[in-house]
Amino acid sequence: MNKQPLVLRLLKGFAMFWWDFLVGDTPELFVAALVIIGAVALVSERWHANSTAVIMLPVLAIAALGLSVKRASDAAKRK
Amino acid sequence: MLATTVSSGVVVLVGAVFLACAVEMVEALTIVFAVGHTRGWRSAFEGVGAALVALSALVAVFGPALIHVPLTWLRLIVGGVLLIFGMQWLRKAILRSSGLKAKHDEDAIYQETVAELENVAPGTNRDRIAFVMAFKGVFLEGLEVVITVLTLGTSAHRLGLASATAGVALVLVAIVGALVARQLSSVPENAMKMSVGVLLVTYGTFWVGEGLRVRWPGNDTFLLAFVAIYAVVCWALVNLIKPRDPSNPLKVNP
Repeated sequence: MNKQPLVLRLLKGFAMFWWDFLVGDTPELFVAALVIIGAVALVSERWHANSTAVIMLPVLAIAALGLSVKRASDAAKRK
Repeated sequence: MLATTVSSGVVVLVGAVFLACAVEMVEALTIVFAVGHTRGWRSAFEGVGAALVALSALVAVFGPALIHVPLTWLRLIVGGVLLIFGMQWLRKAILRSSGLKAKHDEDAIYQETVAELENVAPGTNRDRIAFVMAFKGVFLEGLEVVITVLTLGTSAHRLGLASATAGVALVLVAIVGALVARQLSSVPENAMKMSVGVLLVTYGTFWVGEGLRVRWPGNDTFLLAFVAIYAVVCWALVNLIKPRDPSNPLKVNP
């Protein structure tokens, strides 16, 4: 029997949902998104290099996806 | 020019919400069919009804609340969430298309749910197990739809359109599901997931940029360029990682 108060259980459930939703079994994609946002923020907000940001954002997203797929593919092929 | 700008954004928004909702509905419907056929329809429908009420309440509460968040921050946060969520969907769809991950099998899920329910003693008039299974199936799958509708709808200032599109998808899938009985395995689910992933990453990239004050060439029209770029990248990745030897058995990752 779970003796934790209902509010605490609800909060834990809420936190677990977002953890599974955003991190789950692909923490590399979560980290990549944070790195992308940080890098583009530097380029766009600090250095005001709009053209670089326009190219950089999708290129970094594609690189992150490619690396994550490659990692999963290598792991599957090793099995 | 204005008409093109408006229609590009609307087409991508409607497409993303409709496909995401349809895919999740197929998964939820498989569970509901298994519950209904095994334990009776009354409790299954009650579970579905309760889940739909809970999901509608979430949209009603969080939808208007999100509108009060400053648009730049909203788009940055929503863009980040969509970028992660979209990349997760694309990763899975690419691995499934290349044969490195088992495809989502609705028939297997149906059989597993039926087997699970048959081991439990039959219920009375109000079958608690059936109610909970149907509620959980619809609520958990529906939660992803709610997040998609809320994030896409509020950031585009088109929450009404996004909700209506989700409603239409829900009704259409329910009707088609009822007509084809439980042959939901014939739905091209992976192709739909790939399309949703492309659209989510498209919006994610676009809004992260908007949130960081990046000026996209052609404004909303640039969404279409993103759709094309990400679709080509996915096709290339599938072909790049596909095992060369067809006789080599699948390395299924559960």
